Amino acid sequence: MTIMKSLKMTAAAVALSAGAAQAADVEVLHWWTSGGEAAALNVLKQDLEGQGVGWTDMPVAGGGGEQAMTVLRARVTAGNAPTAVQGLGFDILDWANQGALADLNAVAAQEGWDEVVPDALKAFAKVDGKWVSAPVNVHSTNWVWANKAVLDANGIGVPGTWEEFTAALETLKAAGVTPIAHGGQAWQDATVFDAVAMSVLGPDGYKAAFVDLDEDTLGSDAMKEAFDRMAVIRANVDDNFSGRDWNLATAMVINGEAGFQMMGDWAKGEFLNANKVPGEDFLCFRFPGTQDQVTFNADQFMMFDQGGSVSDEQAKLASAILSPSFQSAFNVVKGSVPARTDVSDADFDACGKQGMKDLAAAAASGNLFGSMAHGHAAPASVKNAVYDVVTAHFNGEYDSETAVQELVDAVSIAK
Amino acid sequence: MARTADADFKTRLQNWIPKLVLSPTIAMMAVFVYGFILFSVYLSFTDSRLLPSFGWVGFENYSKLWRLSHWEVSLTNMGIFAALYILICTAIGLTLAIFLDQKIRGEGFLRPIYLYPMALSFIVTGTAWKWFLDPGIGLENIMQSWGWVNFSFDWIKNRDYAIYTIVLAAVWQTSGFVMAMFLAGLRGIDNEILKAAQMDGASNWNLYRRIIIPQLRPAFLSAFVILSHLAIKTFDLVIAMTGGGPGRATELPATFMYSYTFTRNQMGIGAASATIMLMTIAAIMIPYLYSELREKK
Amino acid sequence: MSAATQDTAIRTGRVTRTLIYLVLILFALFYMLPLYVMLVNSVKPLDEITGGGMMNLPQEFTIEPWLKAWSTAQIGVDPTGLAPYFWNSIKMVVPAVIISTVLGALNGYVLTKWRFKYDTIIFGLMLFACFIPFQIVLIPMARMLGLMGLAGTTWGLALVHIVYGIGFTTLYFRNYYAVFPTELIRAAQIDGAGFFQIFWRILLPSSGPIAVVSVIWQFTNIWNDFLFGASFAGADSQPMTVALNNLVQSSTGVKEYNVHFAGAILAAMPTLLVYIVAGRYFVRGLMAGSVKG
Repeated sequence: MTIMKSLKMTAAAVALSAGAAQAADVEVLHWWTSGGEAAALNVLKQDLEGQGVGWTDMPVAGGGGEQAMTVLRARVTAGNAPTAVQGLGFDILDWANQGALADLNAVAAQEGWDEVVPDALKAFAKVDGKWVSAPVNVHSTNWVWANKAVLDANGIGVPGTWEEFTAALETLKAAGVTPIAHGGQAWQDATVFDAVAMSVLGPDGYKAAFVDLDEDTLGSDAMKEAFDRMAVIRANVDDNFSGRDWNLATAMVINGEAGFQMMGDWAKGEFLNANKVPGEDFLCFRFPGTQDQVTFNADQFMMFDQGGSVSDEQAKLASAILSPSFQSAFNVVKGSVPARTDVSDADFDACGKQGMKDLAAAAASGNLFGSMAHGHAAPASVKNAVYDVVTAHFNGEYDSETAVQELVDAVSIAK
Repeated sequence: MARTADADFKTRLQNWIPKLVLSPTIAMMAVFVYGFILFSVYLSFTDSRLLPSFGWVGFENYSKLWRLSHWEVSLTNMGIFAALYILICTAIGLTLAIFLDQKIRGEGFLRPIYLYPMALSFIVTGTAWKWFLDPGIGLENIMQSWGWVNFSFDWIKNRDYAIYTIVLAAVWQTSGFVMAMFLAGLRGIDNEILKAAQMDGASNWNLYRRIIIPQLRPAFLSAFVILSHLAIKTFDLVIAMTGGGPGRATELPATFMYSYTFTRNQMGIGAASATIMLMTIAAIMIPYLYSELREKK
Repeated sequence: MSAATQDTAIRTGRVTRTLIYLVLILFALFYMLPLYVMLVNSVKPLDEITGGGMMNLPQEFTIEPWLKAWSTAQIGVDPTGLAPYFWNSIKMVVPAVIISTVLGALNGYVLTKWRFKYDTIIFGLMLFACFIPFQIVLIPMARMLGLMGLAGTTWGLALVHIVYGIGFTTLYFRNYYAVFPTELIRAAQIDGAGFFQIFWRILLPSSGPIAVVSVIWQFTNIWNDFLFGASFAGADSQPMTVALNNLVQSSTGVKEYNVHFAGAILAAMPTLLVYIVAGRYFVRGLMAGSVKG
């Protein structure tokens, strides 16, 4: 650590402890600590430092941001909120409703965010007509990743329907390959369930069940069918799935031990790291029956109110985040697609290009939905209540019928 | 006159100093422990979700809590976990201490090996355990590759047995510490009594059963306090090893409380579960503390 | 505590002794197991780990993961490694351990040698406080730290650790001083020695063993704490465990297990050292009082 930097950090700490407004630093609470992500974020940091805005880093990893959200709560309660905080979906809305977030409308108007950010995303970045956070990316979660060599060897093409998919699973099983690589953690079970539910219920049913929390849809026969399909998927994963990290499941597909994995677009980074080429070594396609839909989750940076209005640094940070160059540079690394639809896809690979095309199409046709599994359909309490049921069913604790009843009950307690 | 007044002041000061010395601690306890407990109990009757809020809802959070099947799971797990953990740690700790007390060569080498797990944080030893217990890469795989093809050890992946793997790792962490407590107790026993008993022809077994172990009572009680407090606070271990899974099979009250308060934004329910936990702790600890502290007078 | 001065009355036969050694060694292996897994995997290249065989010795030995964990691994935006966080932890642990031990010693002294009405109740309340689950104090503690202007500072964090450690240190010292002959204190009092003089001249010089116990206990707990460190530290005071967590828990990205294990051992180094160096005093300290009634 250089002397300058440690001085700067001390200065920031003094400013914080005195409760005074910070001069020209942004303090950023985030959970992007893995190599690629952090390197991508560093682009943003250098951009800001070029404009004379210092960056005080406050990384807290763990549980897809859960740990950071706990820290955030402690910081806000202490009256010591960071300047900018990575946030997801309903967390942003919750904080906005607490009146904790700053109004970014001035920057947004100046930069024309309203024209370039899809409406479905705005639902999580604007509250009561006010921009409160700056979206960084859009992850879509209804992808299937496949090992092309394994599929070719067994004469399997890209499955377009559930029936074709189950047939492919049968073929793989008969060939002695684990059909589906899966990690048994609640959020992964729910990610798969997201896609399955979308394919069974259709976009309207998905919205009724997970956004409007309509009891009839949650308890419907279609929902039971969704759970039945989850049971089929369960029957096609290996015995050793529970507790496995998602990247180890991805490694199974990379190594040809397994055929498919249902996972968000961040899985692509694992393939690229293993020097695999999209389209040649591995395939990416939408979960069968959800070709027109995109379920998404989006990382954003919430700007916390530091006393009245948006500070100069926050405005600079926000506009840097939404700048097309950062959007492209960051998302190429992260595997996601830009939050604004006017960014050039030149630097993206085949899967990235398809992701951008799908997103634009889904946004235009009203088929872009927040992912339930990733906190973009319903508040955290409901999301976790759904997790409980899905994961209990997936692990054989409930049959499909019980699962449907439990789902209705759990959602009603959590609401 | 002046001198006696001065002396008077001095004695009075001497009377007050002990209480003054104690007062910072008392003040801290009053605010940071008992004040916070009251606050938490109060929150359990409110509609707090993301942050504390003060809309009174009566017993709603409690009724919701008891409707949640996975609260019951976490309570059952706590019962299994605490009972086994405390029993096994005590048994292993006592056995090792007795064995180590037999003029063992290399005691100075073995003791730190038994003790070191206490020094490690579970953020990563959890990963080591997770690997070791994983049938795909761990013990099962190794035994099978050594020729025991039918060897099977998949507890961590099995809903009915996963909680026992948590016990295993927890025992690994603290049983050495318990050993140290018993060893200290053993070393403190007066040898003259033992020799006298031996003269009377008592066997080793009887010596331990009748004389030595009863004398270790204080060590048993200290071990019980330390172990039960660790059992109740067990959190990192579960997060690192199973994340509460498979399904919800290894959820404990501490993980339940954390998840409702912080990740599910249902602070009211989280506070209700904390209140119940505190009441349970009080129900166990108060009689114990009462008997312990009264006898010492 | 050497075996020579130990005059145990128990005699054991040869077979029994062999069995005893066997059991002791088996347990030693059991305790070493996770450390072995961590050690061997911390000196393997990553592809050797993901290739399987976690119990195997490395085919290709490398210390790269250790260097990376210490100085170049990505903790946040900057690839700083764990090194800077090490000092943050030291700055927090040292004052917290010293202050909580001193307060514990004074409390133990008052509670045993200057008894007053209700002192047992006060001690009982302190002891019960040890059982408070940390998850419930997080939010109110944050508020209090904010009000005191200590939010996000090393001192705030140290205060939290002092508050929740004092019950244990008081317990240790109280039990230790309880068996200390009160007659000595009375005699000194008659000679005109005051409260602090007695403590300083009579009790403190013989408190070595129990101070070791208290220091080891506090040092280990505070060093390994994650929840408070993550919640109450500022950007410039995050302790080692938070950095280790950032290293290990990165949610979407390649998991470099060899670096994780190396980092974990590095993070545990101070506590391991404390146990190994002070281990023998530890048992002596426990023996000298804490487990006696």
